[in-house]
Amino acid sequence: MFRYTIRRLLFAIPTLLVISFIIFALLDLAPGDPTSQLPINIPAEVRQKIREALGLGEPFYVRYGLWMQQFFVNEPLNILEQWFGVTIGDSENRLRVLSWSTRSPVVDLIVERMPQTLWVVGMAYVVGIAIALPVGVISAYRQYSIFDQAGTFITMIGFSIPPFFSGVLVIVIFSVNLGWFPSIYDTTHVVTDWDSFLKQINQMILPVMVLALQITAQLTRFMRASMLDNLNQDYVRTARAKGMSEQAVVLLHVLRNSMIPVITVIALAVPSIFGGAIITEQIFKVNGIGALLIGGIEAGDLPLVQTLTFIFAVLIVLFNLVADILYGILDPRIRYD
Amino acid sequence: MKLSRKYLLAAAAGALLASPALAAERGADGQVNILYWQAPSTQNPYLSGGTKDIESSSLVLEPLANYDPAGEMLPTLAVEIPTLDNGGVSEDLTSITWKLKQGVVWSDGTPFTAADVVFSAEYCLHPEGGCNATPKFADVTSVEAIDDHTVKITFGVAKPFPYGPFVGNDSPIIQKAQFESCIGAKAPECTTENFGPIGTGPFMVKDFKANDTIQYVMNETYREEGKPHFSSVLFKGGGDAAAAARSVLETGEFDYAWNLQVEPEILSQMESAGKGKVIAAFGPSVERLMINKTNPDPALGDERGTVKHPHPFLTDAKVVRALSLAIEREILVEAGYGAAGKVTCNVLPAPNAYASTNNDWCKTQDVEQAKALLDEAGWNDTDGDGVREKDGVKLSVIYQTSTNSVRQGTQALIKQMWAEIGVETELKNISASVFFGGDQSSPDTFQKFFADIEMYTNNFNGTDPEAYMGSWTCKQIPSPENQWVANNMPRYCNAEYDALVAKYAITAEPAERQAIAKKLNDMLMEDGAIVPLIHRGRVAAHSNALGGVDMTAWDSEIHNIENWYRVK
Repeated sequence: MFRYTIRRLLFAIPTLLVISFIIFALLDLAPGDPTSQLPINIPAEVRQKIREALGLGEPFYVRYGLWMQQFFVNEPLNILEQWFGVTIGDSENRLRVLSWSTRSPVVDLIVERMPQTLWVVGMAYVVGIAIALPVGVISAYRQYSIFDQAGTFITMIGFSIPPFFSGVLVIVIFSVNLGWFPSIYDTTHVVTDWDSFLKQINQMILPVMVLALQITAQLTRFMRASMLDNLNQDYVRTARAKGMSEQAVVLLHVLRNSMIPVITVIALAVPSIFGGAIITEQIFKVNGIGALLIGGIEAGDLPLVQTLTFIFAVLIVLFNLVADILYGILDPRIRYD
Repeated sequence: MKLSRKYLLAAAAGALLASPALAAERGADGQVNILYWQAPSTQNPYLSGGTKDIESSSLVLEPLANYDPAGEMLPTLAVEIPTLDNGGVSEDLTSITWKLKQGVVWSDGTPFTAADVVFSAEYCLHPEGGCNATPKFADVTSVEAIDDHTVKITFGVAKPFPYGPFVGNDSPIIQKAQFESCIGAKAPECTTENFGPIGTGPFMVKDFKANDTIQYVMNETYREEGKPHFSSVLFKGGGDAAAAARSVLETGEFDYAWNLQVEPEILSQMESAGKGKVIAAFGPSVERLMINKTNPDPALGDERGTVKHPHPFLTDAKVVRALSLAIEREILVEAGYGAAGKVTCNVLPAPNAYASTNNDWCKTQDVEQAKALLDEAGWNDTDGDGVREKDGVKLSVIYQTSTNSVRQGTQALIKQMWAEIGVETELKNISASVFFGGDQSSPDTFQKFFADIEMYTNNFNGTDPEAYMGSWTCKQIPSPENQWVANNMPRYCNAEYDALVAKYAITAEPAERQAIAKKLNDMLMEDGAIVPLIHRGRVAAHSNALGGVDMTAWDSEIHNIENWYRVK
């Protein structure tokens, strides 16, 4: 297992290098211009000057090399310096990956956005999982019962209604008409005591509700299908024949076996927690990672988009590995070595 | 003690209601919440140029003079506006001398002096800084401090309108002490400075989250007694225009929302909730059709869209006039703009003194006259397919614009109106970042204009249209020789127009300048280079609990935030 992990990790390095090149090249070749959002009456010569000040005058390979150096050398060094409070080399003049629209380090922007994304999107996953697992189990155990039918109906709604509709719908109901929850997420809010914690919960309810509906829908279907697969297996009949209680059969034997594929799905979904929720964040103005990415794309802010996309790629490669390893740990039949 | 304080507060509230200018204590009204759905990226307007950045930083940084809602200049950090009459502008029009207010201090307590003004010019004029306000500093040869409170700006040529540098919030004064080490190539690396400039304005940056939220607190050293009325500002960004309007007009979470380009019926429905008001201000922005005077036919290869090949029919002013007469602009306003639009027949509709009345024939649709004009020009529908033709050429146009639901709505309406007079229209829309982006490799930019007609909005900075009217001279025609980088999209070329533009540049007398600008505008209309559609205003909304808003289209629309107060 350990050797397998090391081998996979080593193999991830060339994979990521190829991905980084593809991302950089694709985004670089894509049409778009960082000065396109400027007022139209700014003359072309000035735009050219701005582009040159952003480093766009350099040829492609120079910019790629520079970005690689900034991302793989300068940024990690900077993180080390911040963690340990030391100075390594010429840190004053070390160039970091700078966003074009804000002229500030991209990594700082990401760090600033991370809390609200983890709070909202992460919480939506927690809520979604907490609802989906029991609902999936009961739906499968009582297949075709009223509970199962109702569950299927609701999950189908969750599947088919996009967040740009459900988000605005809950705002109209709960913010405009009832006035219970805010429609705008306050990113400056700091939790210090019980009251401010309640306020935080209050402003999270709507976005979490919209996101959790979707997550629940997907996971419930998955959990139900996996349970159904296992409930018809021979070992279940054996367990029942041994005279085990239904509770022990379902919760000890069937559930544990059914969880294996579900846990893989959950692990593979973790990168998308960090990726944020582009549409839902936009609707509730959560301004997390998703909003950062879409704003960067609109503004033609290449360093920001390249860096974010590449971080997503790293997370996806990493969590694929985690899912594979978890699979090995959970299922004794699977051995990699 | 307690009682007297209560009385004081009551008195203060009373005074506030009666006359906000007499409000007692600085910061007595608590927090004001502002929502700009495009979030500010920086607080240094010299490095951004985006409206969101210029307007948010106007809470902190101030220029020497601002424009009021009528487009008149008002001194901000200057004592008065220099003119020829008061001797502030030299007789030969090559220099302007600003006198600065005494006793103004930066929010860190240090005095504001002429050295800061001189430094701000150096900062923007540095060739490696990527400053986008450089057009405002055009022809400046030197900026020098005569004494601590006098600055002389010298130009290389005679400047009939010398109010470019430091007038308006897009070229404010930044503090020399703070930005001294951030000049030139270093400019973008100074994140702390760019996110938290020290200013002379009513507020200071407390916390800046790029592209998200800014928190401001009042500047205790602000020069006006008892102002600002609010002690803090929450400046939130994100979302879209409709959601921003909702947060002010329906949920009341925010006090002010900016740039509400929302379908007019949605906006008026939200306004009927009774929590806030929709307001508009009109500047120089005009949504217009640019008429290509050159042939965009792809068969011409590298020479398409160049002056070598005139357009087969749009060079005929009669055809363009017919196209213009066929459009019912009132419907376009109603469908797409509401309070944010007015019918216009001028590419230069404001300030009022510059607005011509000679083109008002376009205000009312006249299909019959349009048809007659086309008949007269020899365009007839001979084969009965509903499209006019002449010498084997069909009256068929490609009409492009950027992707935007209002623009696509306008396109569809105009296509219908033109079908009525026998003109066939093919619609095309292009993503704004490509259309307005200067990407040389893309054939779809508004400069290359590989279509017959294109639609977008343009305007000019400040209140003087000299540079703007100079956009349509022969040498401004985009072509492969100048990498398609120029402003004359219709490729209009008229020696008479060029001569008048040259005369404009050496005329100083205001009334004469206005007459020339009007004449230039009329020439463009008569020769069918531009078909103006809608005079576009800026639309904002403020809650009923917010008073003192005085929106302007000539400067930062929240320019007078120090006068805003809470309606009690």
